[in-house]
Amino acid sequence: MDQFTLNLLFVGASFALYIGIAVWARAGSTSEFYAAGRGVHPVTNGMATAADWMSAASFISMAGLIAFTGYDNSSFLMGWTGGYVLLALLLAPYLRKFGKFTVSEFIGDRFYSKTARMVAVICLLVASITYVIGQMQGVGIAFGRFLEIDAFWGLLIGACVVFAYAVFGGMKGVTYTQVAQYCVLITAYTIPAVFISLQLTGNPIPALGLFGSTESGEPLLAKLNQIVTDLGFAEYTAAHGSTINMVLFTLSLMIGTAGLPHVIMRFFTVPKVSDARWSAGWTLVFIALLYLTAPAVGAMARLNISELMWPNGTDAPAVSVEQIESDPEYAWMATWQKTGLLGWEDKNGDGLIQYYNDKNADLQAKAEANGWEGNELTNFNRDILVLANPEIASLPGWVIGLVAAGGLAAALSTAAGLLLAISSAVSHDLLKGQLTPNMSEKKELMAARISMAAAIVVAVLLGLNPPGFAAQTVALAFGLAAASIFPALMMGIFSTRINNVGAVAGMLAGLVVTLLYIFLHKGWFFIPDTNSFTDADPLLGPIKSTSFGAIGAAVNFAVAYIVSGMTKETPQEIKDLVESVRIPRGAGTAVEGH
Amino acid sequence: MSQQNSSNNAYWQANIRLILISLVIWALVSFGFGIILRPLLAGIAVGGTDLGFWFAQQGSIIVFLILIFFYAWRMNKLDKEHRVDEE
Repeated sequence: MDQFTLNLLFVGASFALYIGIAVWARAGSTSEFYAAGRGVHPVTNGMATAADWMSAASFISMAGLIAFTGYDNSSFLMGWTGGYVLLALLLAPYLRKFGKFTVSEFIGDRFYSKTARMVAVICLLVASITYVIGQMQGVGIAFGRFLEIDAFWGLLIGACVVFAYAVFGGMKGVTYTQVAQYCVLITAYTIPAVFISLQLTGNPIPALGLFGSTESGEPLLAKLNQIVTDLGFAEYTAAHGSTINMVLFTLSLMIGTAGLPHVIMRFFTVPKVSDARWSAGWTLVFIALLYLTAPAVGAMARLNISELMWPNGTDAPAVSVEQIESDPEYAWMATWQKTGLLGWEDKNGDGLIQYYNDKNADLQAKAEANGWEGNELTNFNRDILVLANPEIASLPGWVIGLVAAGGLAAALSTAAGLLLAISSAVSHDLLKGQLTPNMSEKKELMAARISMAAAIVVAVLLGLNPPGFAAQTVALAFGLAAASIFPALMMGIFSTRINNVGAVAGMLAGLVVTLLYIFLHKGWFFIPDTNSFTDADPLLGPIKSTSFGAIGAAVNFAVAYIVSGMTKETPQEIKDLVESVRIPRGAGTAVEGH
Repeated sequence: MSQQNSSNNAYWQANIRLILISLVIWALVSFGFGIILRPLLAGIAVGGTDLGFWFAQQGSIIVFLILIFFYAWRMNKLDKEHRVDEE
């Protein structure tokens, strides 16, 4: 059986499973659509939240970004896990006690203001749509690879599949489907990593293999440092970027994690306040299984790629064009070339492909002496690394098919969760909560589905010219969530001082400065060439657009405090509401709000 | 009623104390050991690199996990002690 059929088989079988579960657990009423009737066990909820959370960014993109940058991109690892500490300690139990369905309902009630609720909905939509763009990128790459077509067509086909899939059921369908998706994605991520770790270090646990030794007794990371510096690239384990930027970037990802509506919504669906605390822990357990493996995947893939390009060591001749075209070990290069995400060119016509850093002065001298005319591995999209990884390591065909299915599971589950958050924001908060309070349940479900479709169209249009690799696009979404939603939620629980005007001013200030900073660096509405600055030379010292969320959050806190100090005090009944949210006793099942 | 109020207050103060301690550890392992204080840990070798690199790529995640479970366990106990648990 050839690889193409095998991929189709794995992807097809996993899809049949998800759709089967979605049909079996189809949502009947609106409350089931949003929150699955709250009958979800913390471990089940943790697993589903992990699938919801780990998206194309974590599965497809992150290890590639770590592989090609090394230590500096550890921010992704710390940021996307550290946020759960904030979520568990500062938000989840209180929001569960409050007991409504959506994040904006909490903001609307706590800040006793319809305007606050509207502003929260807007913040949520901006962050979620940016997030969906990143997911669609991942979906495009995964479909492009396994159907062996251009990533653009992959994106369009993926969009149709995501839509068809998301309208099937609400949270309940999604919860059980996501448990299945988690199982598929974690198996798909771990199996190739175990194989590769065994090949390189003899240790079956990739996380230990990363700090283990190769056959020659040399530590894996020392060997990797040696080979990448020989090729003129930056040392893998050393810090190169600005420390301030790394701190702010990590912080933005952490705060953003705790401010993402589709993740927070999950904690409304556990039965009790104490379960909300456990649930955050279980979620992180399931996430950590992937996140402890990811840095090993990145480092090992980088080593494998470097060695494939220089099969006899960096001092011997590089791999030849002929070998790339005929040797089955290099077959993955031809398949990935079809997606337009990998490319090579024999610039100096010597029949060999030299892969090195042609911007490095030392290497330029070596290149001149050897007659090299620039790096000949001209294109290596970071986002293909994880999907190509089993092929790079020459693993059996079924592993490759499994990884394709896993990548799609990751992208699909998150896209579905986000679309649900978007549609509930539009139909529940915006239409039913504000514009047409008397809307029937049937009409509300209809509106939810229409808004899903609209969100997908917007995400595809913007995803055609993405502002970065999938994980970077997603990082921007986190910055936006960090700057707008998280501070409002936290202040709403931990301070009785913050009033309606303060919260609205804070959210708007945080959202606007962050959005401005992003657009100035990434182009207005991500349209190419409309940017005034680049992340290589940012407006504010070393602070890149992906790191600005932490500053946006600080602005939000500061503005809210100052404005609240100048305006009327919070009324007593709201202070009582805050008091009651802080105490677990009396948490009933959630009620539908208006 | 006022007795319950002062008990609620004590509960909230205990909670805040616990959150602060946890967040100090949270920041220390990630922003501290993983980033800012990494040069200070450079002497401690871990599998071909240094301890700071390990904290940045693995150690902090493990500490985060322990923190959340510790907090959940401690708070659920605190709920009972202050009689604010959900029966």
